Order: sequence, then structure tokens, then C-alpha cells
Amino acid sequence: MQSTARNFKHNAHDALRDANLQDSLSKLKVGFSERRRQAAERLPEFEALRDRARDIKDHTLANLDFYLEEFERKVLALGGHVHWAPTAEDARRIIADLCKGAGARTIAKSKSMISEEIGLNDHLETLGIEPVETDLGEYIIQLRHEPPSHIIAPAVHLTKDQVADTFLEHHRALGFTKRLTERNDLVAEARQVLRQKFLDADVGLNGANFLVAETGSSMLVTNEGNADLSNTLPKMQIVLASIEKVIPTLEDAAVLLRVLARSATGQESSAYTTLNTGPRRAGDLDGPSQYHVVILDNGRSSVLGTRMQDMLRCIRCGACMNHCPVYGAIGGHAYGWVYPGPIGAVLTPQLIGIEEAGDLPNASTFCGRCESVCPVRIPLPGLMRHWREREFERHLTPRTVRQGLALWSFLAQRPRLYRRLTGWANRLLAVFGRADGRFRSLPLASGWTRFRDFPAPQPGGTFHTQWARQRSRTRP
Amino acid sequence: MEPHQWTSGYATAGARFHLSGNRSGAIVAGVSSSPPRRVALFVTCLVDLFRPSVGFAAVKLLEDAGCIVEVPPLQVCCGQPAYNSGDRASTRAIARQVIDAFEGHPHVVAPSGSCAGMLAHHYPGLFEDDPAMKARAEHLAGRCHELTSFLVDVLGVTRVSARYDGAVTYHDSCSGLRELGVKQQPRTLLGSVHGLSLREMKTPEVCCGFGGTFCVKYPEISNAMVGEKTGDIAATGADTLLAGDLGCLMNMAGKLQREGRAVKVRHVAEVLADMGDEAPIGESR
Repeated sequence: MQSTARNFKHNAHDALRDANLQDSLSKLKVGFSERRRQAAERLPEFEALRDRARDIKDHTLANLDFYLEEFERKVLALGGHVHWAPTAEDARRIIADLCKGAGARTIAKSKSMISEEIGLNDHLETLGIEPVETDLGEYIIQLRHEPPSHIIAPAVHLTKDQVADTFLEHHRALGFTKRLTERNDLVAEARQVLRQKFLDADVGLNGANFLVAETGSSMLVTNEGNADLSNTLPKMQIVLASIEKVIPTLEDAAVLLRVLARSATGQESSAYTTLNTGPRRAGDLDGPSQYHVVILDNGRSSVLGTRMQDMLRCIRCGACMNHCPVYGAIGGHAYGWVYPGPIGAVLTPQLIGIEEAGDLPNASTFCGRCESVCPVRIPLPGLMRHWREREFERHLTPRTVRQGLALWSFLAQRPRLYRRLTGWANRLLAVFGRADGRFRSLPLASGWTRFRDFPAPQPGGTFHTQWARQRSRTRP
Repeated sequence: MEPHQWTSGYATAGARFHLSGNRSGAIVAGVSSSPPRRVALFVTCLVDLFRPSVGFAAVKLLEDAGCIVEVPPLQVCCGQPAYNSGDRASTRAIARQVIDAFEGHPHVVAPSGSCAGMLAHHYPGLFEDDPAMKARAEHLAGRCHELTSFLVDVLGVTRVSARYDGAVTYHDSCSGLRELGVKQQPRTLLGSVHGLSLREMKTPEVCCGFGGTFCVKYPEISNAMVGEKTGDIAATGADTLLAGDLGCLMNMAGKLQREGRAVKVRHVAEVLADMGDEAPIGESR
């Protein structure tokens, strides 16, 4: 997908003025975090499970080649195929070739962020293959030609009224001419439309929450059951996943599932947890005759063994964005690419370059709420800071910021000079601010005073001045 | 939970320093048979420049709890502006200076969770390639405390003698809360202030949008965040907002005042030290 991360500030500006978006965000901010809090409280071992989840992912990443090869061996033994895609382009080509080989006209897709990452839908459309998103949220944004704004709730930026209008516009030709206003009616209509799409599809494509090395299974959780239709009805199934999705055992999956659903939606488990283990066997009642797994790298392996490796622990629950006050203010689209919020701020620069996504790791107060809820304890603020260090080293930090910083750090390393200058600044500001105790505007501080008053210093000099004066009086 | 339960090692200190009021309104240690603790105050650059009364409030609280307070003269800033802008070399230079300045002081206390968190959690990681400096940084980290946490968790203080007539709401500043576990300590102490009632916000733990340089680098986003915060503050009906970090307080005070809301803003140390008659932040009297 085309990135607009470079326009982050502009995107954020627009998002803050989008009344529908702000309405949707106000509900998201309270709902998700409250449900996660309650789910965590109900499970006494939740914090211990987070530690285990982190350890499972760390162990896997430390032995990633071994587990990926083990997974491949198992899939091959089951009669499936594994395709390695070093880049997004490779993945698009592999999938397009598979679809063409199957003579596919339509493919039924269930949730896959990797498919967004590699821009699969646009690519398939140019080849005359119609991709149909079957996750309700994905379906809505596909109709609207929008990217997802959240990794587990892709249409969370939309209000019910916007969805009603979109359905009326696109379903009218199918005979649905009434504008619906109730949530359940909208879901029912989408279900009717999608049912035929499932039956017509030649290929089913889905993502994976986990690839289980010991069994060769791919595992997917949904709340709608759409994945189960998209991987059992069509004759070919394609699983699209990235390298860090592999985990050693089903036992490990059980641990990760317990923290995943609770962190994501506050559920104890998602409504559907589906394991796909190879193609249809003799005697199976249903299932695809061809089973392919496409495993994408796209720059991930280059962080293995570095400080940034922790980002690969992510299990895509979305808790970091649900709890992020910046995401809560501007929503997901402002981040400009596939992955928004704190995880997007560390992942996007890795996947599309820090030159393009330089604002993302900077647009954080480092409040730490994301890290405090991450089920696999990714040190998100630390990783964002690491990106800032890379930007600083490479002189990508804006020149005004660098100059201001250079001046400040020069002074901060010369306490006596610093003290003299701050003494003057203190007196100057205190004198001019004396009448009101604050400033409505100040030279060089418009970033602050555009929206807030700026408090004037208390009269009487800096603390250190006053302290020295007091001590010399009391202890001559 | 009572403080002594989670600071078992200091249970006896808690009994020794159990504080009670006297007629002058000052606070005194009930029994002070043990030798006083030497405490170095890390003033913080914002308190130094904008609100010295917070520093004096901290000194008063510490002295009243039986400490001898020193202010090492060669301290400036903890280095966060450089650290959070990716300038690691400057951060290391500033950290060295802070480590030097506080060498030999058994306790280092800051009236800020953000600056104390920087010293306590981030300094050691700056010197991964320099074992000697790393050891010194870790030594400092282990001696460094946020003010209310030091009073309650280390000294076992549970009560202060102060009066503040009003309803206050308390904002949990992010670094103090999430890096240092400062949550109950200020509330415990505020619970002993005569005339004061606490009205909690719906989301006291959500960031106010200050974030150091964030607020001027991304002013529109910061404004949306602080606007939400001031709405939450106003909805409590409290007449005073308190917190433990001056940066957050200046941000919230500035927004409350721009919105014309009549909420007074003060640092929690000022109220605890019975200095609630200081002009509030951003006001002339």
C-alpha cells in the first residue's frame, strides 16, 4: 500500500477535524481499555502468562531458522506447499501465480494484515482477479476503498451511519434498497451478500495468528467465523503469514491465545479459533484440495539479533493502540501505512524506511501505557527512542531541533554559565509575567502558546539563587 | 493496603517517623532516636527556573521527616530533552555530570517522577560499553527516589500536618506511575491534609499530552490530549488540580487558563508542606 507516513502531521491535522472519526474514537478509547482491564483482573495468573508469552516468543526468535524449517517439513509431510517470500513483491507474485494456476476469478479473503502490507488486493485487481474481504470490517473498508485504521478493528474509524450509507450505495444493485439503521440488520445484510461470495470463490486466502512448528498447522482467531468458510469451501487455500508468526508447539499456542484475546478485546477467547493442518485428506468431509503457505520476510530478518528484535514478539492484539492517547486523538489512518499506533511507530520505519516514517516514533509522549499493557512486554517507548537515535545519528532530525538541542546541551554541561543565563531568563520572564502570572503569547514558543497559556516564573529568582542566599544567611 | 505492608523493611522506620502536627502548623517527627538521613535534593530544571516553591516544599517535607537536606550545586538537568530526541552522546555527558554531582549522597530525591525515573531507570543503560560508569549509574539508580515515594515507602511517613481547604483532583504523571509505581503514596499523604477532599478523575492515569518536546513538536495532537484531560479535570468539580511533575502541571495549567476554567493548579509537594497559600501555577496571586 502507498504510504502517507511522510505527511503524518498533515494527516493528524485532518484527523483532529474529522467529526465522525472523533466520535468513533471517543467510544474506542473507553471500551477497549476497560474490557481489557476487567479481563486481566479476572485472571489471577495474567501477569505470569505475559511473562511466559514473552519468553515463548523470545525463544522462538532466537531459534527462528530451526522452527521455520520444522514448520515447512511438517507442512510438506501433510501434502501442503511452503513458499518463501523475501520481499512483498515476491509474495504478490507467488500468490498471483497460484491464483492464475487455479484459474481463479474471485478469492475469498479473511483477515490478513500481511495482505495489506504487501498491497495484495490492488495487485490482484490489476490481474483481473477479484479479492473479496469477508471479515465484516475489512469488507466495509474494501467497499469504501480505504485502508484499515486498526489491526483488529479495521473499520473502527467509521460510525454506524457511515456504514449504512456505504451498504446502501453498494448493495442497491444486489436488491437491498432499504437504508438500514440497526447494527444487527447491517450485519445480516452483509452476511447475505457475502454468503454467495464464499460459494463462488475459487481460492480462499487467510492470514495466521500463529504457525505451529510441531504440527505444521496455521492458527487463526476470528469472531465472525468467516475464516472457517474461506478456508473450507474453495478448492485452494493460501495462508499468508510473516516469519515471526511461527511458534514451537500447540502448548505454546495455548499460552499465547490466553493473552491475545484478553489483550485485544477483553474476551477470554475469540469466538472462533481455527487450526488448518494441510489439505483435505482421504475421508475428510470438506477442506481444500491444495494447501499453500506463503511466508514473508520483508525486512524482518534484518532485526534479528539486534536491539530492535523485540518488535518481532508482537502478536497483533492491538492493545497498544487501544491504550495510546496519541492513537486515541488521531486514529489509525494518520500514521499513513498499514500498522498504526505504537507498534506501527516501531514497525513501519523498519518495513518502509525511517526516511519515510520519521515522524511516527517521534509522535509519542513516552507515556508508557502501551508497554504496560503489551501481552508480550515489547518495550515500545524504548524501541521508538532507538529510532529517534538512528534519526539523530543520520541527521534526519529537523535542523531547528538539532540546533536548539545543541545549544541546550552545551549549556546543560556548563552549570555555572547555565545558572547565570537561567537567572536572567527567570528575572526577565518573572518581571514581564508579573501582572497576570502567565503569558498568552511568547516569542519562540508559539507551539505552546497557540493552545495554552504559558506560566510565568515565580518572582524572587531561581531555586538555586534563593537557596544559596538562604544558606549564606543561616550558615555564615 | 497499609504502607508498612509493602515496605516491610522500613516498618520500624515508619513507626519512628510517624508524624504528627503541632500548634504552629509545622510537622515534627514523633520520635527521632535514629540518626537523621542525609538526602540530596535533585531540584529539576523546571522547578529551578519556574517554581522554586516546589523545591522549598520538598526541603520542608524532608526536614520535617528528620532528614538533613543538601542541594549539590553542580546539578542542572537529568538529560531527558537530549535522551528523548535521540542525542545519546549529550545524554551520556549530562548523565556523567549528574552522577558526579550526587556522588557520596546516600539518598537522592526529586520532586518529579519523570526526572527520578530517568536517573533510576535509564542512566545505567547509557553506559553498556563502560562497566565502571555503568556501576556508578546503577549505584545512583538504587539511591534515587521520587519525593512522595521516598516519604512513604522509605521513611514510612503516612501523615503530614497541613491544611488545605478545597476539593482536589490528582493527575498521575506517566513516568512516576509506570516507571516508579507512584500511585498510592501521594494519595496516602493527601488523605492526612486537613480540609482537603479528593475527587478522582475518570482517567487520572491517561497522559496529559505534555511529553517534553512532544508538546511543541506536535502541538495539535498535544492540544487534543490536554483538552481531553482538562475536560476530565473539570468534570470532577474539584477546585484544585495536583500532580507530582511540574512539566505536566504547566501544560494542564496553561490549558485550563486558556479555556477560562477556574481550577487552581499546584504541585502536590506544596500542599503537603502546608504551602497552599502560594500563588497557583500561572497566576499572580
